[in-house]
Amino acid sequence: MKIPLSWLREFAELPKDCTPELVESAFVKVGFEVEDIQIQGAGLTGPLVVAKVISIEELADLKKPIRYVGLDCGEGATRFVICGARNFAEGDLVVAALPGAVLPGEFAISARETYGKTSNGMICSARELGISDDHQGIIVLAPNSAAIGEDAIALLEIHEMVIDVAVNPDRGYALSARGLARELALSLGVAYKDPATIDYLAKIDASHGKVVNVKISDPTGADYIIIRTLENVDVKAPTPLWMSRRIEKCGMRSISLAVDITNYVMLELGQPLHAFDADQVDGTLHVQRAGNLKEFVTLDGQKRTLTAESLLIADDKKPLALAGTMGGLDSEVTDSTKRIALEAAHFDPISIAKNSRSQRLSSEASRRLERNVDPAIATVASARATALLVELAGASFVGESVDGAVHDNRLITFDPKAICNLIGFSYSDDQMAHALTAIGGEIERASAGKWLFKVPTWRPDLEVLSDLAEEVARVHGYDLIPSRLPTGKEGATLSPMQYRKRGVSALLANLGFSEIYSYPFVSPEMVATLGFVGPRAASFKIANPMSDEAPLLRTHLLPGLLQALQRNLSRGAKDVALFEIGSVFRDTSALARIGLVPTTERPSESVIKEIYGSVPAQPLFVGAVVSGSLDRKGWWGSGRTFDWSDAVSLAERIVLETGNQVEILQSDLAPWHPGRCAEIRINGKPIAHAGELHPRVLEELGLPSRTCAFAVILSELPFATQTKATPVLTMPAAIQDISLFVPANVASAQVEQALREGAGDLLESITLFDRYDQAGEGQISLAFSMVFRAADRTLTADEVSGFRLAAGALAVERCGATLRD
Amino acid sequence: MVATALTAIAGASNLDELKEVRIEHVGDRSPIAKANQSLGQMEVAARAEFGKVVGKGRGLVASAFEARQSVLEAERDARVLIEERVDVSITAKRTPQGGLHPLTILTNEICDLFLGLGYRVAEGPELEAEWLNFDALNIPADHPARTMQDTFFIEPLESHLVLRTHTSPVQMRTMLEEKPPIYVICPGRTYRADELDATHTPVFSQVEGLVIDRGITMADLKGTLDYFARSIFGPDVKTRLRPSFFPFTEPSAEVDFFFNGRWVEWGGCGMVNPKVLRAAGIDPDEFSGFAFGMGLERTLMVRHGITDMHDIVEGDIRFTQNFGSGLR
Repeated sequence: MKIPLSWLREFAELPKDCTPELVESAFVKVGFEVEDIQIQGAGLTGPLVVAKVISIEELADLKKPIRYVGLDCGEGATRFVICGARNFAEGDLVVAALPGAVLPGEFAISARETYGKTSNGMICSARELGISDDHQGIIVLAPNSAAIGEDAIALLEIHEMVIDVAVNPDRGYALSARGLARELALSLGVAYKDPATIDYLAKIDASHGKVVNVKISDPTGADYIIIRTLENVDVKAPTPLWMSRRIEKCGMRSISLAVDITNYVMLELGQPLHAFDADQVDGTLHVQRAGNLKEFVTLDGQKRTLTAESLLIADDKKPLALAGTMGGLDSEVTDSTKRIALEAAHFDPISIAKNSRSQRLSSEASRRLERNVDPAIATVASARATALLVELAGASFVGESVDGAVHDNRLITFDPKAICNLIGFSYSDDQMAHALTAIGGEIERASAGKWLFKVPTWRPDLEVLSDLAEEVARVHGYDLIPSRLPTGKEGATLSPMQYRKRGVSALLANLGFSEIYSYPFVSPEMVATLGFVGPRAASFKIANPMSDEAPLLRTHLLPGLLQALQRNLSRGAKDVALFEIGSVFRDTSALARIGLVPTTERPSESVIKEIYGSVPAQPLFVGAVVSGSLDRKGWWGSGRTFDWSDAVSLAERIVLETGNQVEILQSDLAPWHPGRCAEIRINGKPIAHAGELHPRVLEELGLPSRTCAFAVILSELPFATQTKATPVLTMPAAIQDISLFVPANVASAQVEQALREGAGDLLESITLFDRYDQAGEGQISLAFSMVFRAADRTLTADEVSGFRLAAGALAVERCGATLRD
Repeated sequence: MVATALTAIAGASNLDELKEVRIEHVGDRSPIAKANQSLGQMEVAARAEFGKVVGKGRGLVASAFEARQSVLEAERDARVLIEERVDVSITAKRTPQGGLHPLTILTNEICDLFLGLGYRVAEGPELEAEWLNFDALNIPADHPARTMQDTFFIEPLESHLVLRTHTSPVQMRTMLEEKPPIYVICPGRTYRADELDATHTPVFSQVEGLVIDRGITMADLKGTLDYFARSIFGPDVKTRLRPSFFPFTEPSAEVDFFFNGRWVEWGGCGMVNPKVLRAAGIDPDEFSGFAFGMGLERTLMVRHGITDMHDIVEGDIRFTQNFGSGLR
């Protein structure tokens, strides 16, 4: 909240020269972030005076309307100035900067010739004086609120430091001058005077009149409410400048005297107040739920649809206010109001939060009440506002009605040593007692190991020892806490999956792939384009997505990769290889739905199992897309475009390097090309897909033809046991080539497998080195090179040709192959 | 004859000329070879005398030839090396440079740092049970953070699934699954309903640390953060703790670091709230602990001078390639 330093000074004995740096560091030390400090009136020097408008001459025939204004500045003679604003009339009091004055932004005022006249000064707007952003027109002061010729710098309290403090949600009490002054005082170690201790009604006697009564009809909605009734209220009396200026410095607007008084007291003490026109109240005021009441118009003119739980202030017949949030249009204070019922209550914070949320209406009042307001301040704030209405609006106070009660202060029993143990610093007993007293509590040292702490009414957040430890630590400053480095446990290591992720990302990065982290949000159109069906088309839907176009969670990494590919190509990249490692979200089958689980103790093992079971499995993938070449052409010669075979062999390599044996099958999984997609299986289970993408998909996405992709389910790959070393054989190798014709529908992997098995144990490796498709009559030609080696001897020519024949024989038998030579 | 041969050998200026000289003066049809062949038809007495002369001459010619050949070969070899010289400043970027995303590099660096301190790396699901993401961490149902303005909820709402708003549910899972002492570091992707702009992204990365042990104090938290900051930002970096509020820690703090002349907000931290320990079945009277968490994007932006969040999330290869594979 924004707060002027002068207001804090009323309650805290601040040093005379409070610099912005001092104020900021003091607030930060005790846990309040300072968002901004504004020095109002910086760079402003007078003369700046109150002036009365005596005459207005409209200058004709100019591009914009201009006035030539005669001012009485208390100088005897009339001073004439040129003014472009039009929000004032003869007789108004305005603020004039006279020649010699300097306004913020080094704007020096001097007499000058303009529009054919001499302008002997300037009438100022609030923005020109640097006190607000208001530039609707010039400042018009309320009639009789100032004397002609009076120094306006002092009158408007222009020179001010305004501090914008961020208040954490557990510290509702600090949304007030009272609370912030306390924090600043304890941080700086200066005296603090709590305005709540003042008896504001001491000199005011209740006169006779009709009192508006109040009743808490729903005790879950409020535990205390007070209504004070005032009569003969002069609602048209002007708001004094000191009050309106403070309200403005806090970032609010001055509206009318009655409203300004409730806002002023709220800013000062933290208690939201509401003034009802008492003549609009039928019978008794009630704190109640809406129940059957369905509709209600708030004072902003909005028709509100109520929920049954909405917390209201109602009279015997109708709703009057959305409790703690906003008043009603029909009962607001108007120009004709004579009697006021002034409400101050301690509402249930959660009910107010729900009011505010269900109506999407966050007000200054609801912001405070939902963060907890001091329950003991309601009656004080009511008294303060009552006294101001009596003083400023000539009202007479006729009595009060109260329901509910303010609870006694809570007591916390604790061992002060435990605070030192938690913080890791040995505070003295006096240090601890000082801190807990400075925040407004009372300490009773029952014994060395047992202290009693009386919790201040405005600190519902203080419940247990750790809460008190924070108070002690922050009052003395976190800088006091020493620094000590603990070490953990033996055997800290990455998990096998964490090693796998690192290995895969390093492999791909070293092969020329760039890693991306894409958003997992997908559109139904993308799902349709990619041709996903089955589990890949059934994804989780976000109830409140960033964009209504992409409400689905990804079931695959390809959508994000392809979008990133599009983006790179559209920015002029030619050869793009991308990869991503990430989770996908698939299993939308009915999951266990858990109800409310309490958090006061560890749930039972069966409930924990249920909670875990409510979360779907989220398999980890590595996916990649490539467009263009990873072996470029250049002055050295021609390069080679990345093709389906590269995609397949990379996916295969990842699986092989994890120590798994692969089986490669022909597949037609979308979005791959139905004739150029490999499915890699382990133990019969699909684990990866790789190849060229479907030409239709590429066309629809505007991607180059022959773009390739692969995806491997890392979380489905079994972990191999430790790799067993193979002995390095040193005997000479014998190489045998074998060429075969096989039917075109036979996969080369099958032929290779047959040869491998037929060749026997001494086969060291086998490589397909040639393939010819047009071998005639539905046949293809394959040529393999086989390397044989024995551990203990040089193989003879007869031996290896025997192996070769045996290999060929099995290929003939199993794959319908014929040997070529 | 010998002198003629020696003159011819010496006169050969390259290996081709020397080959001609060989045929003419050294080979089988050379005068000296013919002289040698003529020895067979000579008288025995004259043969010995003449043979000596011829033999000596042949030796002289042969060694002169070999010497000349070595010289000329060396000359040729040297000339070839000069001719084969290339311009090595033309680099052939045949394979494009790939790269790890800097978030990966930073995550690995942080994990390694804490592995060295005896922390395990714990991970958990991004689509998470609401109870683990909120309730168990002392963020009750009416807490403002649980509104749709901040959290992505999954349909139907009764499924009680959210995209985790922080990596803290991993801490909760760890506390439910393991008995203290617990030392874990939890990196991962997290989600909040913020529009993407220069400094925000709805999908971001966090790293959190959790320690639960006997006698753990706020001084341990401070020491750990100091060590962490020095390792990531350099040995001269300063840190400070500021009191703050988080439902799952008490006392709570914000941690800032002083870098390039200014204080930068780094993350939140504090002593684990006893309520959270209790929800996990850990006795707060026996064990205490600390937790901290920071955004990796922010850490990255400050450390590497990245000025626009778009660069981190868009997947432009020029951004990633600049970081390479983390080699240093």
